[in-house]
Order: sequence, then structure tokens, then C-alpha cells
Amino acid sequence: MNFKRQLKEGLLTQNPVLVQLLGMCSTMAITTSLSNGLGMGVSVLVILTLSNIFISLLRKIIPDKVRIAAYVVVIAGFVTMVDLLLKAYLQEISESLGVFIPLIVVNCIILARAESFASKNGVLSSAVDGICQGIGYTLVLLVMSVVREFLGSGTFGAGVLNGGEGIRIFPAEYGALMLVLPVGGFLTLGTLIAVVQWAQNRKKEGKK
Amino acid sequence: MDWKNLLTIALGAILVNNFILVQFLGCCPFLGVSKKMDTAVGMGFAVIFVMGLASALCYPVNLLLESLDMEFMQTVTFILVIAALVQFVEMFLQKTIPSLYEALGVYLPLITTNCAVLGVVLLNVQEHYNFIESVVYGVTGGVGFLLAIVLFASVRERIALVSEIPKCFEGFPIALITAGLMALAFGGFSGLDIWR
Repeated sequence: MNFKRQLKEGLLTQNPVLVQLLGMCSTMAITTSLSNGLGMGVSVLVILTLSNIFISLLRKIIPDKVRIAAYVVVIAGFVTMVDLLLKAYLQEISESLGVFIPLIVVNCIILARAESFASKNGVLSSAVDGICQGIGYTLVLLVMSVVREFLGSGTFGAGVLNGGEGIRIFPAEYGALMLVLPVGGFLTLGTLIAVVQWAQNRKKEGKK
Repeated sequence: MDWKNLLTIALGAILVNNFILVQFLGCCPFLGVSKKMDTAVGMGFAVIFVMGLASALCYPVNLLLESLDMEFMQTVTFILVIAALVQFVEMFLQKTIPSLYEALGVYLPLITTNCAVLGVVLLNVQEHYNFIESVVYGVTGGVGFLLAIVLFASVRERIALVSEIPKCFEGFPIALITAGLMALAFGGFSGLDIWR
């Protein structure tokens, strides 16, 4: 069992967002507060793990020609389940994530893992792969939402800490509103990927 | 027919709530196929076509679901309708208008997983648009996509030709920063409310 290697791949070397460049839309759209980032990250983590397990179980039954359609139906089923659960128990998060919860169906991360991993590997390692890739995705969302929330509105952990108000670090009127707007999503993700590329380049040069 | 209302929806979808730059729907093809102008234009037209058709087709499907009290099946049904639609359009074009089929080429199957298409259908339901409003929203949303991707492709072609970029920003990061600056410009449209 190479759990450690898979975890390292999910978090760093094969991180779904920063290295494989998948699932950009949701990453940039919803990371405006910690609660949004956490809600989305955990939803994707759960759906990814479940769909990986299920597709891995069905991999010998699904005919090759209709496999993408079959995967999409499996994923859509789990997305509907999570959507309904969020509506029932975590209404605030469900409202602030809005249309992006049903849109997890077309999140490329899940389909990509189904196609490239779960359809070729056993149940156990597919489940581990789902968890690791999900953690990698959640981590990126958390980093982005912490940065954008701090610079944009001067708080930390809105919706989660301090009774939902978050810890205020500096007054809201000094925040750069731009970072909470769509612009901030593009700029923050761009900078984050640039940092990763910088680290990769440095590692390569170190080897020479 | 309330033309003012339709015009508001159209302008909203193209400029104020541009699908890519303001709502973040359809970022993957936006970043993926915008390296060259001609592919960007092809993708843009394919998206307009499919978004309009999907909006039109999903409206009666949604009515059927509502009459059966099965709204919870919306996500599953819509994605299946879109996948079938894209497949059908592909076969239809191949038989009848081969030149258009070749022009759109590989972009058609890719559209199934474009979140702008599923997004527009879900937004139509959320906003309770009627049939004509849905189609207008779908088509103009696609026009907004075309506008954004064409502008973005021209900027990227220029970047690839003349600019000097720090090494760590090469490729994807600089594209995202460019898109961010474009989003900033489109943010200016949010003050546009002359019809309200």
C-alpha cells in the first residue's frame, strides 16, 4: 500500500488544481470566504471518493464505448445526494455556493480521476486516490480563500470562527475589495501557480 | 412581447454578468483553447450553438420534471440531455453540413463538460425564465463567451510574440493574470443599469 506516495501526489507533485490545472471554475468562483472554500472542498472530496469507489467497482461491467456517459451518471447521482444533504442541513453554505454545487458534475477533476485512475485500479487504491486528490483540492481552496478573505475584507474564517463573523484583523474599509470580486480569483490563482512553477524551476536547477 | 426585458437579459448576459469573466462559468475551454485566434472563434460559435439549443431543449424537460414533482432529478437529467444533444448535433452536422462540422471539429464533444452549458440551464431554472427568455439568455450567454474568448486570444497571441515574462509566470499564470485584468475591465459594466 503506497498511501504516502499517493498523498504526496495529491498534495504536491500531482495537485489537481496547481499542477494538473483541473477544476479552475469552482476554484476561482467560490473562494471568497473560508466557509465557502471549506464547504466546496469537502463536498468535492466526498463526491470524488464515492464516485471513485463506485466506478472502480463497476469498471469491468461498463462497456468501453459508453463509459464517459456512465461515469457522468454515477457522478451526477452523488452530486445530487450531496446537494440535497447540504440544502437540508447546511442551508447557508448551500445558498452561498449556489449553482456551483450542481456544477460539480462537470468539474473536470472528478471525471479525470474516474477516467485515468478509478477505471484502471482496484477499489481500495481508488478510494485512497479520491481522498488524496480531494485533500489536495481542498487545500488549494483553503489557501485561496484565506488570502482573498484577508486582503479583501480583513477577516479570517468568516462563517466558521467567532460565531460566523470571523476574526477581524483590520477594519473592513481598508480591505482591497478587488480581491473579493472575480478579478481577485484570477489574480490569486495566477500568483499561486506562479509560486509553484518557481519552486519547480528551482528544484530542477538544484539538480543540475 | 416585452422587448425591454429581453434586451436587459441580453445585455446582462453579454456584458454585465459575462459568463466567463464575472460568473466563472466555462473557464476550462476559455483557458485551454485560447492560444490561437481561429480555434478560439470556432469554440465560441460552437458554444453559442449548443447553449442556445440546450436552453431551448431543457425548458420543456424541466416542465415535465416539475409536473412529476421530481425537481431533485434536475442535475442528472440536464447533464444527460446536454450529452445526448451534443452527440446528436455532432452526427447531424457531419451528415448535413460537413464544412461546419470540420470547422468545429474536436470542440463539439468537449462542450459536454463545459460548465457554461449546464450553468446556463440551471440558471434559467433558478431565475424562472420563460421559454423565450431562456433561449435569449442561452444564446447571448454564448455571445458573451465568444466576445471574451476572442479578446483573450488576441491578447495571448500578442503576449506570446512580444512580451518578456518572468520565468515562473510563463504559460498558465500569465494567462490567468491577463484574464484577471480583463475581468477588472468587465467589472466596470456592473454599473450599467439604465433600463431598470
